[in-house]
Amino acid sequence: MSMVIENLEQSLARKNVLNFRSGDIVKVHVKIKEGDKSRIQVYEGIVMRRRGRGLKETFTVRKVSYGVGVERIFPINSPIVDKIDMVREGNVRRACLYYLRGKKGKAAQVRAKNLYGVATSAAKATAQAE
Amino acid sequence: MTDSILARKIGMTQVYADDGSCIPVTVLKAGPCIVVNEKTQEKDGYAAVQIGLVEKEPKNLVKPLAGYFKQQNVAPVRVLREIKPKSPEKYAIGTKVTVEQIFNPGDRVNVIGTSKGKGFAGGVKRHGFRGGPATHGSMFHRAPGSIGSSSYPSRVYKGQRLPGHMGHERVTVENLKVVDVLKNKDLILIRGAVPGTVGSLVIINKMS
Repeated sequence: MSMVIENLEQSLARKNVLNFRSGDIVKVHVKIKEGDKSRIQVYEGIVMRRRGRGLKETFTVRKVSYGVGVERIFPINSPIVDKIDMVREGNVRRACLYYLRGKKGKAAQVRAKNLYGVATSAAKATAQAE
Repeated sequence: MTDSILARKIGMTQVYADDGSCIPVTVLKAGPCIVVNEKTQEKDGYAAVQIGLVEKEPKNLVKPLAGYFKQQNVAPVRVLREIKPKSPEKYAIGTKVTVEQIFNPGDRVNVIGTSKGKGFAGGVKRHGFRGGPATHGSMFHRAPGSIGSSSYPSRVYKGQRLPGHMGHERVTVENLKVVDVLKNKDLILIRGAVPGTVGSLVIINKMS
């Protein structure tokens, strides 16, 4: 790709994006427009995958809502994504967690990273805050 | 009578609108152009303005052209094209034409370029013939089929669509929307695709 487009994409891309990966549980603050009013709705779930890079990067978040699996794909740089918060870092060995789709209950969960006693960035941040 | 600028295609990407919808855009390096010559009704029989795209200077300039640029007192350019602007009196020789002078976001434009060459293409690709079934014992796949009647007229009608060279021809794409104009960078973002390869020359005409 040409440098011109790369620079253009960098100038349009969101800065300071939360560093998250598949398996993490995140809260996505989504702007919803109703008429001429807009409000923010929080969508929480497990990150199933991140794909693409630069301006075109997207991520998929899965949650089970009233027994129905819901997957939403967000472009990271879309203006409707207000912000992304980390709830818990997950410990997974895959980049794409498609195996969650067939699972129910406990099998559909992802182990938290700090169960292994590894100091995660999220844990460090809370420790510093205390 | 349209305001135009010369540009080179850089590539495609996407941008987001405020409502979150994703807009596919072509990025073009448009101008700056320099006015090289004026054609007038009295002298040439038609009114036009000759502009050149200011980029890397030509490496080996033939002497007649070098003399021409010297005579016009303009730095040599690689590409010269004639345009017919709405008010030619604004285009004095040596004037710089930039993209932000002509285009604003939201404008509609026509883009003229040279399409990508496809080589010798068959009827299915070139004219959209349907072709035949691939399997079930079919022996008719992508051939053109019948090209006319027999003893009368005993010839193939002119203009009959047949396989042949496809692409690498002048193509105009009409009614494209200008998404953004980046000042000082000479970049213009146009919604949708534009003919030609990356780096090829296109002419952007403002729709009146």
